[in-house]
Amino acid sequence: MACKKCLEKPVIKLPNSNISLCKSCYIKYFEKKVKRTISEYNLIEKNDHIVIAVSGGKDSTTLLYLIKKITKERRDIKITALAIDEGIHDYRDKSLKFLKNFCKEHKIELKIFSYKEEFGKSLDEIMKTYKGISCSICGVLRRYLLNKKSREFKATKLATGHNLDDEAQSILMNFFRKNIKVSARLGPITGIISDKRFVKRIKPLYMLTEKEVTAYAYLKGFMDKFVECPYSSEAYRNQVRNMLNDFELKYPGTKQSIIASFLEILPLLKQHYKNMPTEIKSCSLCEEPCSQEVCKTCQYIENMIKPRNKPL
Amino acid sequence: MKVFIDKTNETKELEAETVSELLSKLKINPTTVIVTKNNELITEEEKLSSKDEIKILSVVSGG
Repeated sequence: MACKKCLEKPVIKLPNSNISLCKSCYIKYFEKKVKRTISEYNLIEKNDHIVIAVSGGKDSTTLLYLIKKITKERRDIKITALAIDEGIHDYRDKSLKFLKNFCKEHKIELKIFSYKEEFGKSLDEIMKTYKGISCSICGVLRRYLLNKKSREFKATKLATGHNLDDEAQSILMNFFRKNIKVSARLGPITGIISDKRFVKRIKPLYMLTEKEVTAYAYLKGFMDKFVECPYSSEAYRNQVRNMLNDFELKYPGTKQSIIASFLEILPLLKQHYKNMPTEIKSCSLCEEPCSQEVCKTCQYIENMIKPRNKPL
Repeated sequence: MKVFIDKTNETKELEAETVSELLSKLKINPTTVIVTKNNELITEEEKLSSKDEIKILSVVSGG
């Protein structure tokens, strides 16, 4: 089978279709789809300062490259790459090295903040004694720093590399766990109500599958070997991912249908929760926005990172 | 042909006529990987020969 557009040798068959594309046509298709998502959901606006959450992995490198490319003629748009160094030996140090070279080559300002400097311990140190799920604590700490630092940089948007697979998994997980309110915060652009303490998050790769993003990153030479986080142990998400991939194989289009169905009900969900707002408090310890008296990050710091007279 | 699987970091010697057949033999779901032949990205319909060097790369995000 030849490339549908130019009859060259194909490199990928698009998901849920019989269309195969060559390298050049696939790159065009991919970039067009990202631009369409940005334009359809108004992800980038005039005078935006976009902070891009990056790790050196394939998704965020693809995102960083494309936002830089798409906004290069826009003098009103500022972009900054923001990386969080969790302190994972032989993993994050390698991806950050790649990232620093990438940002230097593409002339992108890169800011790096570490758990060690911000919270007192690296993830490796925390996990020596913490027996809970690494992804839970790591996710809370990372989201906290991404929002706080983006706001301090006066960013108007925080872009993340979430793709269609990530979102489909989150939607199902929220259904399975009766967390529909959390789903109301999903979508290509997040937020139910505007609060200046939260920087709006945008997901330009929202309509592309994990496989499509990996293929693009491979073709662009962003990474020659994709490594998985050694702490990657989010058992529940992994089960949902496997289930969805099994379904996708048997019933092609399943993931795209989940996203399409969700996008139909998302405005209703947002409206529903907008009508019964919950107060966004300020954490009594760090003053960051949260729903309880003490935010989850400070709870982790108090109980597990710097416990008073008790081991981690 | 030589087949490298990055997820398990192992290399196997296997024979298959196409990528689809190879993935099926290895019980790997094609939606979870991309496949390269001599470092070129290929589709599942691609014909394979015994001299090819195949890499099967997982698409799961690193985090």
